[in-house]
Amino acid sequence: MMPPHDQLELLAALPHSFEEFIRPHLPMASALKPCALTTLQLNIGKRCNQSCRHCHVGSSPVRTETMSREIMDACLQAIDGVDEIKTVDITGGAPEMNDNFSYLVKTCKNLGKHVIDRCNLTILEEPGYGHLAAFMAEQGVEIMASLPYFRKSYTDRQRGAGVFDKSIRALQKLNGLGYGTTLPLNLIYNPSGMYLSSSQQQLECEFRNNLKQTYGIDFNHLYCINNLPLDGFLQALLALNKLTPYMDMLKNAFNPCTLPGLMCRYQLSVSYDGYLYDCDFNQMLGLKILPSSHIRGFSYDQIVNRTITTMNHCFGCTAGSGSSCGGELVT
Amino acid sequence: MKSYYEPDDLQKFSTITRVNKPLGDKYFSYYNSVMKAGALSEREKALIALAVAHALRCPYCIDAYTLTCIEKGSDEEQMNEAVHVAAAMAAGITLVHGVQMMNKIDDTII
Repeated sequence: MMPPHDQLELLAALPHSFEEFIRPHLPMASALKPCALTTLQLNIGKRCNQSCRHCHVGSSPVRTETMSREIMDACLQAIDGVDEIKTVDITGGAPEMNDNFSYLVKTCKNLGKHVIDRCNLTILEEPGYGHLAAFMAEQGVEIMASLPYFRKSYTDRQRGAGVFDKSIRALQKLNGLGYGTTLPLNLIYNPSGMYLSSSQQQLECEFRNNLKQTYGIDFNHLYCINNLPLDGFLQALLALNKLTPYMDMLKNAFNPCTLPGLMCRYQLSVSYDGYLYDCDFNQMLGLKILPSSHIRGFSYDQIVNRTITTMNHCFGCTAGSGSSCGGELVT
Repeated sequence: MKSYYEPDDLQKFSTITRVNKPLGDKYFSYYNSVMKAGALSEREKALIALAVAHALRCPYCIDAYTLTCIEKGSDEEQMNEAVHVAAAMAAGITLVHGVQMMNKIDDTII
């Protein structure tokens, strides 16, 4: 894994400035500011049962960082105190591997919040975690499941041998619990290389037809996410000497219509150790928000009045139809 | 000009309208309409285009439609099969002319 400082240096050295690029498109040529805080995204640990080539979080089975109960309670206190926060988006690593995952889900639901679990699917096939599918169904948790492709080829290449077959079994199990019909089951797609995804609507249709015909699988929506030049994907670009062409492609596809919907304007990302970031990507680069940078000192007013930190990796969220944890930003 | 085929020339394709603009515009409008999803999906149309690109040996189109096929959700196995369809068609088209050759032989040899 490349240290965040080295990644920042590389991004800063590129012949583009995202800040300068977006300034003419912002009111009074100002900096990027939040619109609201409707979602708190909690990264509750870097441990994962998979080691994916594209992972921007650097998660793997050897990572041990995990959110403690004490930090989790501080998050819950912040969530409880802000009515505007409607959704708690739980991610990782494989968030289900945190020992307090069930506690977090139950407490959030008791607080009346919508809960999203960003699930890699295969964890539900691992010993000791299979019961979580029924638990999440019972709690009405929305599942955002990673599936790079509707066939084995690209899925196993990106995520490891056997991942596709396990993912299919997990999806079938989730369908059996009502996911994809009465409970929300959405799939997350990211391109398997240095290209932007086709339109979400077009790919959703391909995924739906193929998964239904071949495996009888139902899901609600497909969300497409661009690859940002960070960590594993950044290293792959560097190894192929493709960082500059990839960044040129993102910059050339800049779409100012994506700016109003950028996820950093509506959500906040909390790391396993309680620090606050504008998004999951800034978290991986160590770009903490200021001035209130820890969940223990959470202040809603400070958060919604902050200036969002942007860098050249942000071109990934403004390219084409845009990209966010909820998929495309414009159609 | 270093070569008859310059990769950057593909990006300049739209400048073909600098003369006879109405004709060029008609072509691009027709092209865009054809490639939209209809009875066939955009992914299926891209696979056909990839096969045609190989059959007509157009390096611009091979580059462009390999990427389009990936973007639209085809994998290497599917794209490879499309190229084999083009190759099989080309082989068949060559071979079927052998019937004309045999007809001529039968007309000629007594």
